[in-house]
Amino acid sequence: MKIVIIDYNAGNVRSVLFALERIGVVAELSSDPDKIKSADKVIFPGVGEAKNTMAYLRKTGLAETIRGLKQPTLGICLGMQLLCEYSEEGNTDCLNIIPLKVKKFIASATDQKIPHVGWNKIMFEKSTPLFKKNQPGDYAYFVHSYYVEKGDYTTATCDYILPFSAALQKDNFYATQFHPEKSGDVGELILKEFINL
Amino acid sequence: MLAKRIIPCLDIKDGRTVKGVNFEQLRDAGDPVELGCRYVTEGADELVFLDITATVEKRKTLAELARKIARHLNIPFTIGGGIRSVTDAGILLDAGADKISVNSAAVRDPALISRLADQFGSQFVVVAVDAKKVNGEWLVHLNGGRVATEHRLLDWVKESENRGAGEILFTSMNNDGTKAGFACDALAAVADQVSIPVIASGGAGSMEHFRDVFTHGKADAGLAASIFHFKEIEIRDLKKYLADQRIPVRL
Repeated sequence: MKIVIIDYNAGNVRSVLFALERIGVVAELSSDPDKIKSADKVIFPGVGEAKNTMAYLRKTGLAETIRGLKQPTLGICLGMQLLCEYSEEGNTDCLNIIPLKVKKFIASATDQKIPHVGWNKIMFEKSTPLFKKNQPGDYAYFVHSYYVEKGDYTTATCDYILPFSAALQKDNFYATQFHPEKSGDVGELILKEFINL
Repeated sequence: MLAKRIIPCLDIKDGRTVKGVNFEQLRDAGDPVELGCRYVTEGADELVFLDITATVEKRKTLAELARKIARHLNIPFTIGGGIRSVTDAGILLDAGADKISVNSAAVRDPALISRLADQFGSQFVVVAVDAKKVNGEWLVHLNGGRVATEHRLLDWVKESENRGAGEILFTSMNNDGTKAGFACDALAAVADQVSIPVIASGGAGSMEHFRDVFTHGKADAGLAASIFHFKEIEIRDLKKYLADQRIPVRL
């Protein structure tokens, strides 16, 4: 099986590679559209800023590549947000694969820190193969200042300031707002299920 | 609910974990990656590695350490020690670090915080602040607490936030190594001053100290070293205790 992690100069892509290595999966980092298109599974990670990243994806043609993927594809963190329609971060039109909007957290009390950093509980909205081995209330690791609103494609939620999408699925596109590669055993179960799809 | 984080801190010198009292009298506490893995198994939420080696080879060894940690650990970690530039930080990001911490270099050149945040995002930038109460006033110190600056603690954490810091790691030099408890009043003042998360450091000696730092001290995370290294407190026991005290923790 060929697993490709999209390498687009945004954030900590290597930690995804290492996480797969720990569960015995060899993956390749690549920014080559042909390699990405021919992979059995694609991971679209991301730590960074929406506007510049989208501009980069459009300029390099990776935006079209990602939109055209038919194989199971997992967006992580910014990767998940960019799969959506629109982000308030830099007023950015995203890949529009999943028709949901990305909004900025607004604190309503002084003890609500932004970004949302740390371990928080995920609750399931719909059954999805990704969370087959997980329990509701499992803790996952989040780092983000923007969130995807809840909607038809929300498979898991997290509650911070308000309930938001912790995970999404539409057709072959899967996504998590949290970092499975940094979420201990809970995250490893999710990555294994993605690889097993 | 967002869990309060328990963070063991590993001070590294020449590739080994060390621990001193008030930044002096170093004791050996083992291989950092092995110790890190033990903490992951015991339920640590995150780890901080600070390299206190002072050699010219440092940049390379720090990157090698980051890569080794990233390969083995399945939770987030911060690495720091002598990071002076965007280039230094970029090498660590490429090696797999989730966050870097800057301390003295940021005090000497505050614009470094802005450059790091612009380049890598705020989530990557932890500003570590060592402060000491001198004549009733909390002042930022450099070089492991040996050199006083004119920066007032509350002004400096605000400036750090404004420049793009993603988190503040505040160590009270008065409390560090004493095991007499965290500087809860100063921590609460820091937490009120900024809207980014605050990691409390310095003074942990008992489970009650962690309860206090999350309640009175308003901290988002509690960091400690020797009590974990020498197994005076087991992380698992500590988290069970905190859960009993109705403090949200990841069990």
